[in-house]
Amino acid sequence: MKLPFYPGCSLKAQAKNFETSGIAAAHALGVELVEIERWNCCGTVYSLTGDDLMRQVAPVRNLIRVQEFGENRMAVLCAMCYNTEKRASLRAQRNKEDLEKMNAFMDKEEDYRGEVDVVHLLEILRDEVGFDRIKDRVERPLRGLRVSPYYGCMLLRPREAGIDDADRPRVMEDLLGALGAEVIDHPYKSHCCGSYHTVDDPHLVARRAHAILSSITAHGGEIVALSCPLCKHNLDDRQELVAQLYPDFSKVPVVYFTQLMALAFGLEDAMGFDQHYVDPHPLLEEKGLLRKIKV
Amino acid sequence: MEFEISGDELVNKVEELSGQNIFSCYQCGICTGSCPFAAEMDLGPRRMIASLIEGQVEVLQSNTPWICASCFQCVVRCPNDIDIAAVSEALRQMTQRRGFDHIDLSHIPAEERERIPQIAFVGSFRRMTR
Repeated sequence: MKLPFYPGCSLKAQAKNFETSGIAAAHALGVELVEIERWNCCGTVYSLTGDDLMRQVAPVRNLIRVQEFGENRMAVLCAMCYNTEKRASLRAQRNKEDLEKMNAFMDKEEDYRGEVDVVHLLEILRDEVGFDRIKDRVERPLRGLRVSPYYGCMLLRPREAGIDDADRPRVMEDLLGALGAEVIDHPYKSHCCGSYHTVDDPHLVARRAHAILSSITAHGGEIVALSCPLCKHNLDDRQELVAQLYPDFSKVPVVYFTQLMALAFGLEDAMGFDQHYVDPHPLLEEKGLLRKIKV
Repeated sequence: MEFEISGDELVNKVEELSGQNIFSCYQCGICTGSCPFAAEMDLGPRRMIASLIEGQVEVLQSNTPWICASCFQCVVRCPNDIDIAAVSEALRQMTQRRGFDHIDLSHIPAEERERIPQIAFVGSFRRMTR
């Protein structure tokens, strides 16, 4: 199955390992993520005021790229891009007057027809690949690895954009279970990590990260799986500040769910565990999932 | 900053920008109970809405809409389907459209600019600057 793929900006920089592992893991399951041409930044956050249509133009432009391709679906990995693109697509689909205005803004583009559906890779894995096939593909089951899923906000809310039940999601639990991991539930899995406040108030984010990660370790989680480069930054890189503010805090590795897929599928070149503040290698080596590299 | 606006004008403008009916709120407080940032806010979402219902223009100086990061936890739980995140956005934009930015990027250390992902910068510009 070929799917037009929107990577977004962060997957080309700080979250390169998310893109690499995502494309490779999908490929191993027969899903080809084909990067769309001439894509632009989606704007990251969906504008919430009714008269601010200008800010819907960036995400809609990406949907036109898919339409030009003759396709009607666009797959996304980054949870923030997913949410923004999804909501913009729904607005264009449901509100013809808004769609007309947006098309009028973009006079050098062909008109967007409102027909592209935005999907997250997790939905494809659940609804089209299926967890049984994923289980069959596993070469190195993540046995004994206690993984806590972290959804954050943008995969689940608001409901129109949610890929799963907003209060009781299970898609990540089911995926991690299929990879052979021991899934550790915890109450903060859909609590906000502090989001873009990492720019203006890192201490606020550190307080959020401390609450979330302490709860995860208290429940027995030893590694966190997520789907958002901003959550990853706040929960991984910000642990440096968390450790300064809370001397008793014990660090915990934070990875993308696609990296754990690449690990379980034995895709050595696509795991990307070197782009982390808290190094996941010691834990994965201790569990016998990665070989120790002698220097 | 001074706002030359009456309480009625404020509520009308917030309702127009957000598309929400402020007066459908019956102050149950599930928004503040669900908000991961409530402890960081002066008002919190329930009292932010209460201030609007009462026409208190001081709500424009509250830190609540600026701390709200649109996580939509209150939105999915509100029994009256009020998009409280959109109300916060309306209040932020009323300030921004008067020409005020809430953050000053020149204070961000160069090292941080390398580490923070682009989505954080773009999100923060869109929510907190003109």
